[in-house]
Amino acid sequence: MHVNFIHNIPFFSIFLAMFSGIITPFIKNGKYAQRVNSAMILIVGIMSAILFLNVTATGESFTFMMGHFPAPWGNELRAGPFEALMAITFSVVIWLTLAGGRTFIFEDVLSEKQNLFFIVVNLLFASMLALIYTNDVFTGYVFIEINTIASCALVMSKGKGESIVATIHYLIISLLGSGLFLMGLSLLYDITGHLLMPSIQQSIFKLMQTGEYQLPFMVVVGFIVLGLSIKSALFPFHSMLPGAYQAATPSVSGILSGLVLKSYIILLIKIFYCVFSIDIIHSLKVTNVLFIFGVCGMVMGSVYALREVKIKRMLAYSSVAQIGYIFMGLGLGTHVGVIAACFHILAHAVTKAMLFVCTGGLVDVSDKKDQIRNMRGAAHKNLIAGIAFTVGALSMVGVPLFAGFVSKIYFATASLYSPGKMAATLITLAISMILNAMYFIPSVIAIWSLPTEKIERAPVEPWFAFSMICFIVLNFALGIFYKPVIRILELGIGLLS
Amino acid sequence: MTQLIINHYEAAAVILFGIGFMNLLLQNNLIKKFIGLNIMDTAVYLFLAAKGYITGRIAPIVVDGILDVEHYINPVPSGLVLTGIVVSVSVTAFSLALVQRLYKSYGTLDMDKIMSMARKEEEE
Repeated sequence: MHVNFIHNIPFFSIFLAMFSGIITPFIKNGKYAQRVNSAMILIVGIMSAILFLNVTATGESFTFMMGHFPAPWGNELRAGPFEALMAITFSVVIWLTLAGGRTFIFEDVLSEKQNLFFIVVNLLFASMLALIYTNDVFTGYVFIEINTIASCALVMSKGKGESIVATIHYLIISLLGSGLFLMGLSLLYDITGHLLMPSIQQSIFKLMQTGEYQLPFMVVVGFIVLGLSIKSALFPFHSMLPGAYQAATPSVSGILSGLVLKSYIILLIKIFYCVFSIDIIHSLKVTNVLFIFGVCGMVMGSVYALREVKIKRMLAYSSVAQIGYIFMGLGLGTHVGVIAACFHILAHAVTKAMLFVCTGGLVDVSDKKDQIRNMRGAAHKNLIAGIAFTVGALSMVGVPLFAGFVSKIYFATASLYSPGKMAATLITLAISMILNAMYFIPSVIAIWSLPTEKIERAPVEPWFAFSMICFIVLNFALGIFYKPVIRILELGIGLLS
Repeated sequence: MTQLIINHYEAAAVILFGIGFMNLLLQNNLIKKFIGLNIMDTAVYLFLAAKGYITGRIAPIVVDGILDVEHYINPVPSGLVLTGIVVSVSVTAFSLALVQRLYKSYGTLDMDKIMSMARKEEEE
C-alpha cells in the first residue's frame, strides 16, 4: 500500500493542479483565488519532495498506469529522480515567483479578472507537470497546446493593446511549433504503431536493425526537434520573447522565461532518451545542428541584449542566450553535456525568475519607467530588489559561488568529452561570458549609482522580501552545494535511457 | 512516383500541411493566418485518418457480433483525430477572440500595420 501511494504522486500532482483550476472560477475574489493557488502549489511541492526522497533512496524510476490499462493500450506517467527534481524546482520557483510578484499581479490585472488569472496559472502549472511526467507522446502534445494557450492568456493578462499584440505574436510562433510537433508525432505513430515512449523505442530499434523507413524516420526526428526548438525559443525562433516579456506582469515574465520554455526542453530530453535513444540522435547528426544553433543563440542573444535600453527586453534577450547554452549542452551529444544542460535548466529557472520579479520592484520605484537610464539609484530606493538583481546578474555572468558559474564550468568540462566541439564550446563560452558581463554589469552599476535627488526608501513588502531572500539563498545553495544535485541528475538521466 | 499515387491521401495531406504552415507563417491578414492554422491542423487529421483506414474494413463498432480484429479498421488514429479537433477548436476560438480584441483597439487586421502601430505606442 505504501509504495502505491508514492506511485500515485505524479498523477495527483497533475490532477490537483487541474482541479484547483476548475474550482477557482467559483471564487470571485482574486485574493482567495491566490490563496487556493499557493496552497495547491505548496501541496504539489511537498508531494514532489516525498516522491523525490523516495526515488532517490531507491535509485529507481517507475511508470504509473492511468486507469489500469496495461502497456500498449493505456496511458502512462513516468517518474524518477530527474522528473521529481524538476517537479520540485518548478513548484518552488512558481510559488516564489507568484508570492514575490503578488502586488504587481493585483495592480496589473483588472480586479474582476484576478480569479481568471489564477485559473490560468493553475492550468499552466498542471500542463508543465504533465510535460515533465508524461510517458506518452500524444499526451505530451495535448499538454503542449494547453501550455501554449495558458501562457498566451497570461501574457495578455494586463489587457492593454501592447500586450495583445505581444500575445498574438507569441501565439502564432507557438502554434507553428506545435503544428510541426503534431505532424512529427503522426508520422512517428505511422512507422512505429505506438504512442507510449518505451514501446516506440522498441519499434525504433527494430526499424534500425532492418533498415526500413530510414527517410521517414529522419523526417520525424526533424519535425519533432524543430517543433520543440521553436516552442522553447531557440535562436532564431526567439522573436516572440522580448515583446511578450515586456508586456506581461513581472511574475508572468519570470514564469514564462524560467519555467515554460524549460518544460519543452525537458520533454525534448525525455524524447531523446526514452523515444529515439541518444545514440540514434547522435548518429543522425541532430546534435550537431542543435549545437550550432545553440552556439549562435549564446552569442546573438547577448548581442541583441547589448543594444536594448529597456531592462525587461534585455532580460528577455538574455533568456535567448541562456536557452542557447542549454541547447549547446544537448548538442554536445554526451551524457555529461545533457547533465550540464539540465543543471543549467535549474540554475536559469532560479535566477531568471528572480531577476524578472526584482526588476518589477526596481521599475516600481523608478516612476514606472523601464529604461535602464531612468533606473539610476533604484537599488537604494528598494534595497532588497537591488541586492536580488545584483545576485541574479552575477549568477548570469558566471561569477563563482553563484548558480550560473557551476553550469558554465560543467559545460566546459562536458566539452572535453566531445573532441570535435571542444574548441567551439570553450571559445563561445568565453565570448558569451564577456558579453553577459558587458550588459549586466552596467545595469547593476546604474541601479547602485547615487541619484542626484534625495533617496526615498520604498516600504518593504514582506512577501516580496521573503521571496527575494529565498531566491538568493537558492541561488547560493545551487552554486555552492551543487555536487548532490549533479549526482541526482546523473542518476536520473541514467535511468531515462 | 507510384508510391505517391498509392499514398495519395497522405501526399495531399502533406501538401495541405505545407500550405497551412506557410499561411500561418507568412500571411499578413490575421483571419487568413488562422485559416492557415486550421488547414494545417486539418491536414494532419486527414493524414491520420488515411493511415488508420484499411480498405474493405468497417468502423470498429460491434453491431453484428463479429469480434474478429480483421473485420475493423484501426481505431487509435480516429481517437487521436478527435482529441486533435478538440485542441484545434479551442486554439482557434482563443486566437479569434484575440483577433477581435486587436481589431477593436487598432481597427485593422493587417499584422504589419498593427506591429508598427504598437511599436509607435511603445516609443511614446
